[in-house]
Amino acid sequence: MATAPSTQRTASGTDYELVVGLEVHVELRTRSKMFCSCSADWFGKPPNSQVCPVCMALPGSLPAINRQAIEYAIMVGLALHADVENLPNGKPTRFDRKNYTYPDLPKGYQITQMDLPVNLGGWLEIALPDGGTKRVGVTRAHQEEDTAKLIHRVDEMGVAHSLVDFNRAGVPLLEIVSEPDMRSSEEAGAYLRTLRGILLYLGVTDARMEEGSFRCDANCSIRPVGSSEFGRKVEVKNMNSFRSVERALRYEFERQREALARGEVIPQETRGWDEDRGVTVSQRSKEYAHDYRYFPEPDLPPLFLAPDWIEAIKQRLPELPAAKKARYARDYGLADEPARLIADDPSLADFFESALFTGYGDAKQVAAWMLGDLTRLLKAHNTELGSSLVTPSKLVDLLKLIDGGQISGKIAKDVLDEMFVSGKSPEDVVREKGLLQISDEGDLERACAAAIAANLQSVEDYRAGKERALQFLVGQVMRETRGRANPGKVNDILKKQLGG
Amino acid sequence: MSLAALTVHEAAKLLAGGEISSVELTTAALERIEQLDARVKAYVTLTPELALEQARAADAARAGGEGAGQPLLGVPVALKDVLVTEGVRTTCSSRILESYVPVYDGTAVARLRSRGAVFLGKTNCDEFAMGSSTENSGFFPTHNPWDLDTVPGGSSGGSAAAVAADECIYSLGTDTGGSIRQPAALCGVTGIKPTYGRISRFGLVAFASSLDQIGPFTKDAEDAALVLNALCGRDVMDSTSVGRPVPDFAAALTGDLAGVRVGVPSEYFAAGLEPGVEAAVREALKVLERAGAVVDECSLPSTDYALDTYYIIAPAEASANLARFDGVRYGFSKEASDVWGEYNATREAGFGAEVKRRIILGTYVLSAGYYDAYYLKAQKVRTLIKQEFDAAFERFDVLVAPTSPSVAFRIGEKTNDPLAMYLSDVLTIPVNMAGLPGMSIPCGLSDGLPVGLQIIGRAFDEETVLRVGHCYQQQTDFHRQRPAL
Repeated sequence: MATAPSTQRTASGTDYELVVGLEVHVELRTRSKMFCSCSADWFGKPPNSQVCPVCMALPGSLPAINRQAIEYAIMVGLALHADVENLPNGKPTRFDRKNYTYPDLPKGYQITQMDLPVNLGGWLEIALPDGGTKRVGVTRAHQEEDTAKLIHRVDEMGVAHSLVDFNRAGVPLLEIVSEPDMRSSEEAGAYLRTLRGILLYLGVTDARMEEGSFRCDANCSIRPVGSSEFGRKVEVKNMNSFRSVERALRYEFERQREALARGEVIPQETRGWDEDRGVTVSQRSKEYAHDYRYFPEPDLPPLFLAPDWIEAIKQRLPELPAAKKARYARDYGLADEPARLIADDPSLADFFESALFTGYGDAKQVAAWMLGDLTRLLKAHNTELGSSLVTPSKLVDLLKLIDGGQISGKIAKDVLDEMFVSGKSPEDVVREKGLLQISDEGDLERACAAAIAANLQSVEDYRAGKERALQFLVGQVMRETRGRANPGKVNDILKKQLGG
Repeated sequence: MSLAALTVHEAAKLLAGGEISSVELTTAALERIEQLDARVKAYVTLTPELALEQARAADAARAGGEGAGQPLLGVPVALKDVLVTEGVRTTCSSRILESYVPVYDGTAVARLRSRGAVFLGKTNCDEFAMGSSTENSGFFPTHNPWDLDTVPGGSSGGSAAAVAADECIYSLGTDTGGSIRQPAALCGVTGIKPTYGRISRFGLVAFASSLDQIGPFTKDAEDAALVLNALCGRDVMDSTSVGRPVPDFAAALTGDLAGVRVGVPSEYFAAGLEPGVEAAVREALKVLERAGAVVDECSLPSTDYALDTYYIIAPAEASANLARFDGVRYGFSKEASDVWGEYNATREAGFGAEVKRRIILGTYVLSAGYYDAYYLKAQKVRTLIKQEFDAAFERFDVLVAPTSPSVAFRIGEKTNDPLAMYLSDVLTIPVNMAGLPGMSIPCGLSDGLPVGLQIIGRAFDEETVLRVGHCYQQQTDFHRQRPAL
């Protein structure tokens, strides 16, 4: 796949680099909403079926902090190496009101965190295309609440209406802000994938971009390579997949580079990504930016995070991708690439570890089949590993058939295809389709003899010293046996029969 | 005399003894309202059917053996219309909520309901509790029962007037900068604002969240103790409510003041204080001294800054709290060509002048470039005010001062001069800034109008405040005086 280089020379001869910082909003999968006891599981529910006076902002209602959400935020902080224990000046964490008017914001302000977020500072390590790694700084992660959802409809009279569904209002959001440490669209993509993997391991979110539970805005600028100044920041919004983030950033790099080459000044502004047209479009310039009039939320006293609590959460943290990857290399001898691919994706890692839990010893083989044929099938059928009919133990059973010489690797691919579709065990597929490898010596000798009798020219060629003629004969035997013969054994028998 | 003139403790005794029924008591209050409220105009919404239904239920419960230790069972109460009531219109005396019927009870209301209270109706106030005379009501002004040409004070003027006119046995109000104590003073009744955090604010339509507190208007300090017993305590729905143990406040009414140290802050007797008010308060201090209190002068130098600071913090919080009234929900809505036009038209028509003034003020002090100069600085001054009170309470058990610099003023007298109106709360605001409990009790008349004595206590020491007020009322009968209506 062709990718744009992260630096490029302009007509005037200047090399530019892209500078990217990312703001990620994740919906936390707590049971209840951030400030009330309504269910936070809003997606796909009938409109306004999960609401109460608090999340609808009825007069007199007050927020109460969801402890689980704070715990999740601390987990994320710890996983991103944020120093949760040491908030600035030893102050507590605090909520603030961000004031703005919009129909999806029932209180007329959003409860968020300004000066004293749940965690400040941290980093995560991303893999670079050249095989190296890079640390990307995390500026902060703070807790806030989601807005309601607006639905725009035209009624039968042709009149346009905007409807408000408050089910999503008040769902906990964690905003994770990175430092402007990324220098290419690929690095931005790697950051997002790595972050998503960590969040999925922590189990704090389902991180589905298409359902909006994982959202990303990018701040980007370009500058001459070697410069330590930042260019004027352009905020890009409305990207709904990792791929569109990468595409939008590539587009922005080109757009800004060309603008500079024309001698233009890049305005600080917000731009929206148009997926269909593959361009970004100016939305509003920062000169008209909102004055959000932040002030401390008087309805919520400051929170003091008890060190014991944080310590207890730390003890409960699951194994994270970096540690997993190292363990796969150390304990199973996996190479870097497969170890990382599996470790970064919790569903792959679960599958891998379940497969090995059966006692099967060839981890490399498991990894190869998972990342190869199984991944191919998942993509082709647009299925997720979690709902795949091929379970870890069934894959292991398949690999055991290969190891035991009952089927060839080539036949195994066909067996896997059938298992994937029908959910049958490999033994059943092999038996029903008669795919068992021919292990009876006599049967093989008869097949070889038949091949020799039918291809006398090849026999002569072989005797005249053409090694390729033997390969042809092996192929004939494999065809006649529909692949069920062991090619190595066929080879040996043919040689013997040809007196070689 | 109407049964509606009874105190809670008197009524409770008669109800417990079977001498009267709750239906009789409720009917008496409703008759009193019928007779007088066309002139007093204390109520915005009356709920006679609900009241009689609750009264019958209370009588039935009592017949079934309930009632012991439940002094509020079957006793009629009036609720300030900023307290949300399930199924009963709650307007905040604002046009913008004129047809709004809440789907839930606030915690204080729910606590009264569960103790068998009888809800007579919702009382008038300054719109969203912003004002000192109840003239800012979006509907009509309330009149002071002592002189119908004067104001009852505010913002809880309806609740204060209803008690003064015996249009209920007790009522609930809210106090953000004096909105219980000042009208209690002007109407000659007892009103207490407990410590911030004592009573849940859940279901109190917010004006200034860090200052608002609910409290009762009663006919004496003993009733105040009984009502506080029912209202106080931690509520998980209000994160600013406090989990301290709630004492039996009635047990604190010992009737003596031996050894109680009373501080008199000199700044509360500064220029602008009416001589008749000062005279009544000085006389009251002598009563306390005779009852055993040790009275001494003290100083709270930051008092002068409290009003200015209040008019930064309270509007700032209000500007956010009132943002939700946008015409999308709650009924009242004005059409326009787009959503922004609808917001503007709804708020233009729905809010009164004082509310708009405070929203603009609050928006201004929070805006970029001004936040540090106004809001942040005001918070620092607030801390200073608190520290001064803390220091004073190292020497004294309570502070005693006038509640309001003047007696009730004439309707219309200050409506064109917001600053003069704001000064009406100059002696009550510092107490809110520090989050302390404060009570106003009647201590005499000046020109035939009631004067209020303010008793300020340590945080969470309502007991001493009530004890001082109760003991004073044992020595005097100003709290028994009623206007001639």
